[in-house]
Amino acid sequence: MSDNTGTWWIWRVFWILLIVTAIEVILGIIKPAVLIDNALLGTSLLNLIFIILTIIKAAYIVMEFMHLGDEVKGLKLSILLPAIVLIPYLMFILLTEGHYIFGTL
Amino acid sequence: MSDIKTNENKAWTGGDIPFKASYGKLMMWFFLVSDALTFSGFLCAYGFVRFKYSHIWPVADEVFTHFPFLKGEYPMLFVALMTFILIMSSVTMVLAVNEGHKNNKNKVILWLGLTIFGGFVFLGSQAWEWGHFIHGDKGGIELPNHEIVHVVNSENHPYSIYDLVGVDSYAENITISVDDIKKALISNTNFGIRLANKSVVNGKAAINYLNNSELVLGANLVKNEYGHQLFANFFYFITGFHGFHVFSGVVLLIVIFINVIKGVYEKRGHYEMVEKVGLYWHFVDLVWVFVFTFFYLV
Repeated sequence: MSDNTGTWWIWRVFWILLIVTAIEVILGIIKPAVLIDNALLGTSLLNLIFIILTIIKAAYIVMEFMHLGDEVKGLKLSILLPAIVLIPYLMFILLTEGHYIFGTL
Repeated sequence: MSDIKTNENKAWTGGDIPFKASYGKLMMWFFLVSDALTFSGFLCAYGFVRFKYSHIWPVADEVFTHFPFLKGEYPMLFVALMTFILIMSSVTMVLAVNEGHKNNKNKVILWLGLTIFGGFVFLGSQAWEWGHFIHGDKGGIELPNHEIVHVVNSENHPYSIYDLVGVDSYAENITISVDDIKKALISNTNFGIRLANKSVVNGKAAINYLNNSELVLGANLVKNEYGHQLFANFFYFITGFHGFHVFSGVVLLIVIFINVIKGVYEKRGHYEMVEKVGLYWHFVDLVWVFVFTFFYLV
């Protein structure tokens, strides 16, 4: 996919990033009531959509622009595993605790 | 030397390259992993505080509403533009790396130059955003219990204190007091006071709320007109830390830009240094994608 001869794949990723960002901004401005009023996993559907779109953008930047997709499996895992394991863990701990002390102290 | 030669086929001498990547590139990757964990520490701490104060947290849409040279309110638009600028400079960076693979010196100079330009535009945008945030927008009032409340119009939308008493927020020596606001609220009953938990009080009750309160104009690390103090503190720390990364990135880009022009990498036979700085530059973009979502959107 990311051979060195053409630049079309770069522009493809650019358009994907641009369109995803545009969707985020438009959703952020109009804030559809149906997405705000319905919740899943402790947050609104709108926030979940934002988070999923952000992860899609992040994946394109890391895999295509940073060429991690072209590296060997061992390198890929040693870069991705610490982030994939530690960050959700920290998020889980801190958000649970933050919710627990809500309205106290 | 002879030792190294005879041990060439054994892994411990370094003859084996399991990751098929150079030392410099590998170390850049590991640095970026640790940096990613630092940023996630910041953002998770922000999430912690936000969950703790979720009932009184300011709404980002109401804080970041202005666009340079335009009057009126355009929530999110300027931040979206900043995101676009950073994505664009990421694209020019990939193009520079791509031309580096082909040892195409002039094209590398072109795309690297545009990347540096994009970096400066982003830094300028952030300076504008900070300047606006520090100066303040509509002004707030701090109650004796340190709660920040805002004046709202009949549609319960925040209304500028400056407009209410009729002064220009950029005029010199502004002398407005809470009493001026009380007077304006008595003479114009369309306006009310919105408490930190977003409930609105009107009329007499609103004026009673303002007894012994203080005006808060602008935001810094001790006062914040937009709401809870930690909102301003996290704004300064997260966007500041990211902005400092952008600044470092621009400095690195300028260094390799000069090297490319001098032909250092052409003599070396490869443009791997451009690739390594490129990794860092994309990482800065990556972090902004997350800051954009978790600070401005969610």
